[in-house]
Amino acid sequence: MIEDENIDLLMNDVFERYGYDFTGYSKASLKRRVSRLYSLDKFPSFAIFRHRLKNDESYFKRFVEEITVNVTEMFRDPSFYLALRNEILPRLGTHPYIRIWHAGCSTGEEVYSMAILLKEANLLSRSIIYATDINRDVLEKSREGIFPIANMKQYSENYIASGGRADFSSYYRANYDGVKFDESLSKQMVFSAHNLVSDNSFNEFHLIVCRNVLIYFDKELQDRVFEVFDKSLGLLSYLALGSKETIKFSSIQANYKQVGKEKIWRKVK
Amino acid sequence: MEKGKITNPLKLLLIGGSAGSLNVLLNVLPSLKPDLALCIVIVTHRKNTSDTLLEDLLSSRTTISVKEIEDKEVLQKGTIYITPPDYHILFENNGTLSLDYSEKINYSRPSIDVAFESAGVIYKENLTCILLSGANSDGVQGLIEVKRHHGVTVVQEPHTAATPYMPLQALHFMKPDYLLTPDEMITFINNL
Repeated sequence: MIEDENIDLLMNDVFERYGYDFTGYSKASLKRRVSRLYSLDKFPSFAIFRHRLKNDESYFKRFVEEITVNVTEMFRDPSFYLALRNEILPRLGTHPYIRIWHAGCSTGEEVYSMAILLKEANLLSRSIIYATDINRDVLEKSREGIFPIANMKQYSENYIASGGRADFSSYYRANYDGVKFDESLSKQMVFSAHNLVSDNSFNEFHLIVCRNVLIYFDKELQDRVFEVFDKSLGLLSYLALGSKETIKFSSIQANYKQVGKEKIWRKVK
Repeated sequence: MEKGKITNPLKLLLIGGSAGSLNVLLNVLPSLKPDLALCIVIVTHRKNTSDTLLEDLLSSRTTISVKEIEDKEVLQKGTIYITPPDYHILFENNGTLSLDYSEKINYSRPSIDVAFESAGVIYKENLTCILLSGANSDGVQGLIEVKRHHGVTVVQEPHTAATPYMPLQALHFMKPDYLLTPDEMITFINNL
C-alpha cells in the first residue's frame, strides 16, 4: 500500500496541475484504488509514478478512470426499481414533462434501467434523463449503451424481480459479445461531465438518482452534495440513494420524508 | 482530526469466514462476556440479498448489541458489527468505516482480504483477526498483511472446521499467532 503522505502528495499534484480536488474522498478508498493502480501499471518507484501522473495528461485520464469505482449493474437491487415503478413513476407522470438526474451514472446501466421503466409506464417520450459523471470515458460508454452479453442473464433476472413483464431481450440487439440497447431509450438521455466536488446545481429535477457514489465521499463532501441536490429539487420531488446510503444526519434531512422502505426521500418542505 | 492518527485507540477484532462459519459464530459470540472492551466486526460471504439471518440469529442469542454496518459508521466498543452483503468494508483513519462497491476480490464481496488489509494498516497492534471455516482462500493474504503490521492473527483449527480449505490455505501460506478451536476462541476473545 502507498503511504498516506504519498497519497497526499499525489492529490496535491492532481489539484494543482489538473484542478481536480479529491480532498473529500474517502481516504481508505483512495489509498486502496491508488495502490491498486500503482501495482497494476508496474511502476518501479513511487517517484516515477508521481512524475508520470504530473506530466502526462493522458495518464491522468487513466488515473481518474481507475481510482473512481465504475462497478454497476442494470436493475441493481430490484426491490428499489419495483418501488420506483409502482410508487414514484405514477406520481411523476402527473407532470407534463419529467426531468431526472442520474448523478455519478458510471457506464450507464442504471440509466438504461430507468429508461426502460419510463418506457413501460408510457412516460419516456415526455421525460429527459440527465446522466452525469466526473469521468468522460464512462459517459462515452453510457452514450453507446453497449453492455457485455455475459451480464444479460443476471440483468434479465433483476428486471423480472423489479416487476418487468416484457421480454427483456426485446430491448437490445446482440452483437458478438456485446449487446446494444435500443436507441429509442437513449434518445431521451443527455450525457454530460459533472463533478460533484466542485460543480453546482444546473437545473431543477423531479427525481435525482445517485446510488453508491456517496459512499466514496467523507461526511463533509456528502453534505456538500446533499446541498447541491437540495437546490436541484423542487417541492415534492424525489431523491434516491444506494441501498446503504442515507440522508439521516445530513443538513437537509429535516425537509425530506422517506417513502416506504427503499432509500427514496421526498422533499416536503 | 489529524491525519493518520486515531485519537482514541480502539481494540478491534475482525472475524472472517465463509462456508461453515455461521455455526462457529453462533457458538462463540453468544458466549462472550457482555461488557467487552473491544469492537467486533464480522465479515462473511453471504448471498447477494438483503438477508438478515445472521443479525436476527445473533441478536436473539446475545445481549451484546449487534448491528449491520452503515456507511461512515463510527465504531464503538462493546458492539458486534456485521458487514452488509455485496459491499466491501474499508477502515478509515478517523475511527469510521466506509462501504465500497468496487470489483469482487477472490470472487467475493465483501472480501475478507480487503477488510483485513484495510484494518491492518490503521489499527496495527490493536487489531486481532480470526479466519474461520470456508471453501476459498479469501482472507489468507489479509492475515499476512495484518501480521506485517503487527496485528494478532488467529486461524480456526482445521479439524474443527466444517469446510477446512480456508484455514488450511492460511496455514500453508503463513504462520498464525494462534490456532484455536471454537471453544478456545471464547476464552481467547474474552481475554483480549
